[in-house]
Amino acid sequence: MPDKRLELSDAVASIKSGMTIGIGGWGSRRKPMAFVRELLRTDVKDLTVVSLGGPDVGLLVAAGKVKKLIYGFVTLDSIPLDPLFTAARERGELELQEYDEGMFVTGLRAGAARLSFLPTLAGLGSDVLPANKHLKTVKSPYSDDEYVAVPAIRMDVALIHVNRADAAGNVQFLGPDPYFDDLYAMAADRTFVSTEKIVPTENLLDEGSYHTLMLSRMYVTGVVETPRGAHFTTCEPDYGRDEVFQKHYAASAKDPAAWDAFTAEFLAGDEAAFHAAVERFHAEKEKANV
Amino acid sequence: MSNDATIAEICVAACSDIYRESGELLAHAVGIVPSIGARLAKLTHSPDIILSDGEAFMMSEASPLGKPASAGGVIEGWAPFRRIFDIVATGRRQSIMGASQIDQYGNQNISLIGDWDKPKRQLIGVRGAPGNTANHRVDYWIARHSARLFVPSVDMVSGVGNDRAKAAGLKHHHLGVIITNLAVLGYDEDGRVKVLSVHPGVDPQEVTDNTGFPLDASNAPETRLPTDEELRLIREVIDPRAVRNREVPVPQPVG
Repeated sequence: MPDKRLELSDAVASIKSGMTIGIGGWGSRRKPMAFVRELLRTDVKDLTVVSLGGPDVGLLVAAGKVKKLIYGFVTLDSIPLDPLFTAARERGELELQEYDEGMFVTGLRAGAARLSFLPTLAGLGSDVLPANKHLKTVKSPYSDDEYVAVPAIRMDVALIHVNRADAAGNVQFLGPDPYFDDLYAMAADRTFVSTEKIVPTENLLDEGSYHTLMLSRMYVTGVVETPRGAHFTTCEPDYGRDEVFQKHYAASAKDPAAWDAFTAEFLAGDEAAFHAAVERFHAEKEKANV
Repeated sequence: MSNDATIAEICVAACSDIYRESGELLAHAVGIVPSIGARLAKLTHSPDIILSDGEAFMMSEASPLGKPASAGGVIEGWAPFRRIFDIVATGRRQSIMGASQIDQYGNQNISLIGDWDKPKRQLIGVRGAPGNTANHRVDYWIARHSARLFVPSVDMVSGVGNDRAKAAGLKHHHLGVIITNLAVLGYDEDGRVKVLSVHPGVDPQEVTDNTGFPLDASNAPETRLPTDEELRLIREVIDPRAVRNREVPVPQPVG
């Protein structure tokens, strides 16, 4: 079997300005944050980002990487709004396709199946249609029904973070929800997977049943081992959301000076430096609480 | 009949009544009062409804209020997000959702305030509201009934109202009731919001004054009180920590 192990920087180096990239997970859950942080370290810009968004979207938008956003929502879950995204949205500076959540998934399914669109009831009668001027409806050839024709979402690159993978790119989720990570991979030309741990193929079933084998290596271009690579979002059962850090992120994001300080403290170095800074942050919090 | 039920508890019982005809379907409830209402329905008149833990599981016994299945309860099924959209499409689901704005035809907005191109305030986005209202029954829970929420027209239609649904030919569209801290609202034959009942102790004029479109509450009956058994279940079994009072505060005596 092929060995697709890569360094974080090598995987992200293949992302060029102007590309369409998909980011797996949901809200502030199992987001490929190590990939996102690595993207922040590059000079890539003008990206079209496809996401059921969380802090991935906030961070990329605030760093000026995003030209266009195709999304269902942007939320931090335990905190309803991401202040970085909200501020950019209220400045009116983003090109947007905001879909109903189900419409978004319908678009991914069309992209994965190499169709130009798929029909759905979701969106009819709502202002999602007038807000997205490219959207068209389609008449059923079998009845009088009319549906929203959700255009296929295709991506140059998809990024996902998972619990385990083998070196060939067979992917395992161990938490309660696979989200739509497999669909992102199937609707993308290339997919990079970051994982808590790369394990030998024969050990893939040690921690979960065969139902947890979410994605085959045939959809995967490269695999990067990034322990705590979803931090500060959830990666159940390996770790939950770092709520204390997320609160700090959201509070800092509301104020330009605080955001500069946050960036300098956490985002100026490499991935190892980020995790070291987070450890220092928690140690100082603990000291303050004693 | 009278007892010492609070407005929050009256609203819980009204939310519970939503499920009387539901049978076996997934009860999706956003907010504290609706979540307690769904649990109350399951423990009383509607044992067949299926509760969700808010994450990926269907629950035959509810998880502790506001907590996922990992904190307790009995899992009876697996419903990760992808299956939720499949369930929505089959119609085997009901939602009690919140709203930032609602107009006289029940069009709901949770997306933004102001213009689409440059909103004054970005809210949570349309989320699943368009798909929910196109596919199954949707009810709304409004913790603070106000003229800023009940408006002549909403800024972005997220949940589809009766006028829009008719024009779009939505066959599975079904708006149920709107439960607020003042009243229970429904819809007349033309799909316009009307008052079904006003909560005990609330002046009907208060309902009219706090609604941004014409709404006559003068001849409405009183909303039913929870029974003693319902009050016991709410207070002792479902919400012993009285989290419901965070959503609808208990008025403090003056002076």
